[in-house]
Amino acid sequence: MCLAIPGKIIKKIDNEQAEVLLGKVKKLIRVSLLPEVKDGDYVLVHAGYAITKVDFQQANEIEQAWEELES
Amino acid sequence: MTDQIITLDYGSGGKLTNQLIRSLFLKYFNNSILNQLHDGAILPQTKKRIAFSTDSYTVSPLFFNGGNIGDLAIHGTVNDLAMCGAIPKYFSVSFLIEEGVTLQTLEQITCSMAEASRRTGVEIVTGDTKVVNKGDIDGIFINTTGIGFIDNDVHIHPGSAQVNDVIIVNGPIGNHGISILASRENLQLEENVISDTAPLAELVQEMLSVTKEIHVLRDPTRGGLATALNEIAQSSQVEIEVLEEKIPIDTMVRDTCKILGYDPLYLANEGKLIAFLPEQFAEKALRRMRGNKLGEQATIIGRVIASGRAEVFLKTDIGGKRLLGMLSGEQLPRIC
Amino acid sequence: MKYYDEYRDKELCQALIAKISSLTEESFTFMEVCGTHTISIFRSGIKDLLPENIHLISGPGCPVCVTPISDIDRIIALSRMDNTIIVTFGDMINVPGSTSSLKREKAIGADIRIIYSPSQALDIALEFPGKKVILVGIGFETTVPLLASVVLEAKEKNINNFYLLSLGKLMPPIIKALLGSHEARIDGMLCPGHVSAIIGSKPYQFIPDSYGIACVIAGFEPVDILIAIYHLIMQNINKDPRVENKYKRAVREEGNPTALNLINQVFIPRESEWRGMGRVKDSGLALRSEFSGWDARNFSVVAEITKENEQCLCGEVLRGVITPLQCPLFRKVCTPGNPIGACMVSGEGVCAAYYKYSSVKG
Repeated sequence: MCLAIPGKIIKKIDNEQAEVLLGKVKKLIRVSLLPEVKDGDYVLVHAGYAITKVDFQQANEIEQAWEELES
Repeated sequence: MTDQIITLDYGSGGKLTNQLIRSLFLKYFNNSILNQLHDGAILPQTKKRIAFSTDSYTVSPLFFNGGNIGDLAIHGTVNDLAMCGAIPKYFSVSFLIEEGVTLQTLEQITCSMAEASRRTGVEIVTGDTKVVNKGDIDGIFINTTGIGFIDNDVHIHPGSAQVNDVIIVNGPIGNHGISILASRENLQLEENVISDTAPLAELVQEMLSVTKEIHVLRDPTRGGLATALNEIAQSSQVEIEVLEEKIPIDTMVRDTCKILGYDPLYLANEGKLIAFLPEQFAEKALRRMRGNKLGEQATIIGRVIASGRAEVFLKTDIGGKRLLGMLSGEQLPRIC
Repeated sequence: MKYYDEYRDKELCQALIAKISSLTEESFTFMEVCGTHTISIFRSGIKDLLPENIHLISGPGCPVCVTPISDIDRIIALSRMDNTIIVTFGDMINVPGSTSSLKREKAIGADIRIIYSPSQALDIALEFPGKKVILVGIGFETTVPLLASVVLEAKEKNINNFYLLSLGKLMPPIIKALLGSHEARIDGMLCPGHVSAIIGSKPYQFIPDSYGIACVIAGFEPVDILIAIYHLIMQNINKDPRVENKYKRAVREEGNPTALNLINQVFIPRESEWRGMGRVKDSGLALRSEFSGWDARNFSVVAEITKENEQCLCGEVLRGVITPLQCPLFRKVCTPGNPIGACMVSGEGVCAAYYKYSSVKG
């Protein structure tokens, strides 16, 4: 339904725009759907807009998956 | 001369056309055959077999990261001849120029064509120029047609792939496709993705010095690696298996593809070849290729696993297996 | 790419496959509703790795596939108006209408431009003040807030030559319609990760509650999908259907409140037609009246009478009743080169995926 990939906010310009690093690609994106976002945050970018914050540490899905496999 | 605009008069065949030919084409392409300004080029005889290839170039923008339409037009036809195992020799060039293009742009392109042909030992021996109305074409279109000579013990053909042949690619794929896209869509890339446009004739001759038993050579231009593999599977009626984790792709190309929803296996390349050859020559061929600037990252990406049915399979990076089809239409940025 | 490659880790995938294969002999059918899931499942080779008893079928989750022919004909009619620029995502270009497509109209002179981000539509409108610039607004809840923010920006900045053709669709109503029809046997739903990033996990609660069907919200990488399949099986084995969020890094229970407010501020749900599934209540979105100045539906254009190829079973495929292999046109008449139905046209379409990724034996 929707291609979106993780990127890191490197420079928040205002509540409308921010510079993000998607892997090695630097891109200007819109943050009007996530005005509270700040530099250093990871976000999912869909069609040039940040749609949600991404929290890798809190989720630690990979470790949980390994734990479940052992159980 | 630099900021003059090319008008329809330059295509009239009169004074301005001749001035263009003398002050630009003869100056840069300068060789004994072209300088005769004959209606056609009269070429010396040869006992070798002749390879003959043609291609038109309509790339837009005309100038992109790592090259322009001029060197692309030479490298492209050099590579088509090299894939036949031929040494490129004599080229024709024909320009279609939209009125309004500046002489400076044409000079820049002509200069890089001359440079590219000198580097590959090619002589531009005949040509033609037409100027067309504004809007009929997009800036400049170039056709190049080339003749090359093939040694008698070289037999390379798309239908010659055999079971257990290994498949070698000479470097990372997708760079040309992304460099054009980045220029056209003005994507700000942290590191510029440079087009890989380059002449492969010398690399092929080095590979042939290791073994004459190279069965197939193909440069995967439009349609990318996946389409080229399918074309060979069709011609040779063989089943091919390729390992996704072995296919070299630069991180910048991989990341840009993820953003736009493209698949790098279908992006155009302009300085890549895939070679099918018996396994026993693979290691020696790889070592020799890696000694050449255009083969530093040469690697084995797969093999021919069976004959009788034309199919290409991809062993995915998580160990699954799925069909790798031909490109079925232009790739476009998508949201889903 | 950091935070990306770990979710494609071969060793973890192989371990998950082994675990899934050891859980049960019983056969289960799970529906992945989202087109991006369909493509990821095929492209990664998961379909080839799953044990025989686990079947995956595709649902109505690709915004292009579900767009009815009548809407395509309307866009084509709009593109034939004078002084008009149609702006669209690449996905829509090849979709066949009754007699034409945007690609064909572009080839014969219509000004149709492909964009990566909807905000580019406003740039084009500013660059060509004399033109009517119409953005084709397809997409589910992931894309709809972007369309809403573009309409708001147009209003704030008085860009009055920009128009939106609202074709947005909503996920929960179509799942309800699908499950209500009891046509396809479904033991579990792989819920769309990025729609859920916007709407959260609560809107799916009716699926286990009213239909007793297992639900897992999944990410799009192989590890995410395999984890989700594992949990769908566990819910079935334990007879404990519920909504599990296995895409925690991106999906929170409440979703994205800002985005949800934007959607409600600009759009209002309305009945909408889905290809192969007819009209579904409150499953589409219309611009609210205060945005009528930017609503492309106000252009009175005569679209041709819709002509559907009766043999085309995209509807049944989208409802998960059949797989493409059971469609009479598949691979014979209907191919990527000559697509009849939208499921073959869209890169995300399930028929395109079957054609491209699974060999002749299917």
